[in-house]
Amino acid sequence: MAAVPTHLRDLVDEVHDAVSCGESVAINGRSTRTILDHEHSGRVADRVVSAPSGVFEFQPDEMTVRCGAGTTLGELDAVLAAHSQYVNLPGTGTVGGALARGWTSVDRLGRGPVRDVPLESLLVDHRGRLIRLGGPTVKNVTGFDLLRVTVGALGTLGFFGELTLRTRPRAIDSRWFTLDDVDVRRLTEIHTGLYRPSSVLWDGRRVWIHLEGHPADIDDTVARLGLDTTDEPSTPPHRWSMSPAAALQFELSPGDMVEVGVGLVHRREPAPPRPTPVLDVHRRLDEEFDPDRRLNPQIRRFGDGA
Amino acid sequence: MTHSAALVERLRRDIGSERVRTDTVETTLYAHDASPMSGSTSVVCFPESTDQVRAVVLACRDHSRPFVVRGAGTGLAGGATPLDGAVVISVIRMNRVLSVDPINRRAWVEPGVLNLDLSRHVARADREFGLHFAPDPSSQQSCTIGGNVGNNSGGPHCLAEGVTTSHVLGLEVVLTDGSVVEVGGDEPETVGLDLRGALVGSEGMFGVVTKVCVRLTQNPPHVETLLFDYVDVADGAATVSAVIAAGMVPAALEMMDRLCIRAVEEYVHAGLPTDAGAVLLIEVTGSRHQVAHDTERIIEIARAHRCRTVRRAESEEERALLWKGRKTAFGAVARIKPNYYLHDTVVPRRRLPEVLDKIYRIVEEHDLLVLNVFHAGDGNLHPLIVFDRREPGVMERVLAAGQLIVEASVAAGGVLSGEHGIGLEKRDYMPLMFDEDDLEAQMALRRAFDPLGLANPDKVLPSPSGCGDGASIGEGMWV
Repeated sequence: MAAVPTHLRDLVDEVHDAVSCGESVAINGRSTRTILDHEHSGRVADRVVSAPSGVFEFQPDEMTVRCGAGTTLGELDAVLAAHSQYVNLPGTGTVGGALARGWTSVDRLGRGPVRDVPLESLLVDHRGRLIRLGGPTVKNVTGFDLLRVTVGALGTLGFFGELTLRTRPRAIDSRWFTLDDVDVRRLTEIHTGLYRPSSVLWDGRRVWIHLEGHPADIDDTVARLGLDTTDEPSTPPHRWSMSPAAALQFELSPGDMVEVGVGLVHRREPAPPRPTPVLDVHRRLDEEFDPDRRLNPQIRRFGDGA
Repeated sequence: MTHSAALVERLRRDIGSERVRTDTVETTLYAHDASPMSGSTSVVCFPESTDQVRAVVLACRDHSRPFVVRGAGTGLAGGATPLDGAVVISVIRMNRVLSVDPINRRAWVEPGVLNLDLSRHVARADREFGLHFAPDPSSQQSCTIGGNVGNNSGGPHCLAEGVTTSHVLGLEVVLTDGSVVEVGGDEPETVGLDLRGALVGSEGMFGVVTKVCVRLTQNPPHVETLLFDYVDVADGAATVSAVIAAGMVPAALEMMDRLCIRAVEEYVHAGLPTDAGAVLLIEVTGSRHQVAHDTERIIEIARAHRCRTVRRAESEEERALLWKGRKTAFGAVARIKPNYYLHDTVVPRRRLPEVLDKIYRIVEEHDLLVLNVFHAGDGNLHPLIVFDRREPGVMERVLAAGQLIVEASVAAGGVLSGEHGIGLEKRDYMPLMFDEDDLEAQMALRRAFDPLGLANPDKVLPSPSGCGDGASIGEGMWV
């Protein structure tokens, strides 16, 4: 195992100590992320640990930042804002929580998915060892992309200790707009006629559009489409994933919101559980990365199926 | 009947003899890719469907024979080199664009579709939507989408758009047990782990990709192509860092050094300044006002870093000529020396001047010549050592210099590869970045997909065997 940086020593030691004693261990951030009912295993961890917080290195000219997984997104944002940059992670909790959950904000259409954000991670594995995934540069194809598999794994493959993240420049201007009485045909015209909007949301009647960029370009678009300024809309908590074509045909209930061009429908009701695809590979990953289910035992393994 | 003969007989029975080649002259062509590495095979299969790929994989499984999947063979790290008599599975006949959804900007394609053919297909069939496939390796006229997936390929325009993994939504894959599975797909949040992400860049070691769902990208409404020239390569590199630090990510940010400029100018006559120490080719794309704003700021930054002249492409023809100079740079070097050894490393942008300086010193100390043409915007270096392999002892010097360049890049906080992959070429350098535990975790990921270890074994992760030889430069070679 590589030398353990001082700021990760407590986390590594605690996990190592727990698993050496045959105990299970959960990691906790700010508890802001949704865990769905069917994702709970019903088990309880013997110990709870947390990842270190703090921004260790920010290189504006590299557009990278290295921080503890326990760093809150607010703390991180404050550091990056000084250089007009941001990371594309949603919510108000920790960096590690955002990546472990793996859900992307409603700006996925323009900003891309959360899984594209991390570049390198120091991960604490099921034996309490520190594993390096990825690399520190903005471009890297060295070895297999295990880091991407850990995004959305809910801590079942290992615990994020430290992360190097890709940052982005903040747009000069960023505004939300709306338009009423928009049917599918008109929605398609708007969606295909916009140049790289950050988000297009639709409730079956009204559309909300997030535009980012130069103010004069935004003004041109607003004038062309006759958009009205509005605030960022709030979306219902549950996410129904389907193809973007199917999302436009989905029978929407009042309050539902479609991410146009993406395929998510935000709803009040949770989506019904679906079976895990490629179950054999998921089972083998569970066996390889946590055979005794010591990490986050409260989370049901994907390899256990639906 | 020998074991091999039984395997060949089964392959002929299962997928048809016209799709199985065993003639030595033909199979020799598949013993290597575009890298300097060479292996051997006695069987090459050309399946035309997922069922046929599955039949080949099952035959290999039943005969305990490894297999290597191959696209157009343009890989530069030996990833498609067959070792130990592995069966080569060429997907070049699986070359159909299966469906395009231009409204939601995605398409399902077979792995043998050529990169540029996909963009051409979309441009022709769905012209009004103005879409293209963003990853643009310099080999895009001949490399396949399947190869791009295997290597997680990049290209000049991946600076802003991201490399292949950001443009692959889903995959159909034949695993080594013969199961046909779909990972990721046409929806954003599939159940389970991101197996799609693991498969992209796995260099054919997790299974055989038989269908790819790609994300298509809108063509930019406005484009500015700029060429800056500098006396000193360090000023060009400093411009790169300053542009990024100012909050701009151009669509492309490419650099050529003095020797490369001269070779390219003699080759394509693009009007490049042959007395310059370096040129930067920068492309700014997007909406009208943003492009104008960024262009002016970038020119200011370049001038503040002692840029001598600013050239703005005034027409599509001039833009195409400047890009031709960049994309055919590796054909141009054939005029200097008949052979090359090409490297692909990444360093932090701010370390570019220092690492370039180190590369020049390493090459000089080994009595060799180097040209640099690279993706400066993301710090992705491509030192190209040119030589004549007929000179006694030159290969040893080339390989020794190459190793020092890789070591210097990693020592500067960089990585082994930005877009070519590890394959055979850099497999034994992996411990420079990863310790045993890190590598074991990567091996565990492979075992989860391929517990039998039949898919392209002995690549990427280190093992004792080594290799390395020189290659001849053909017209229009790429990087």
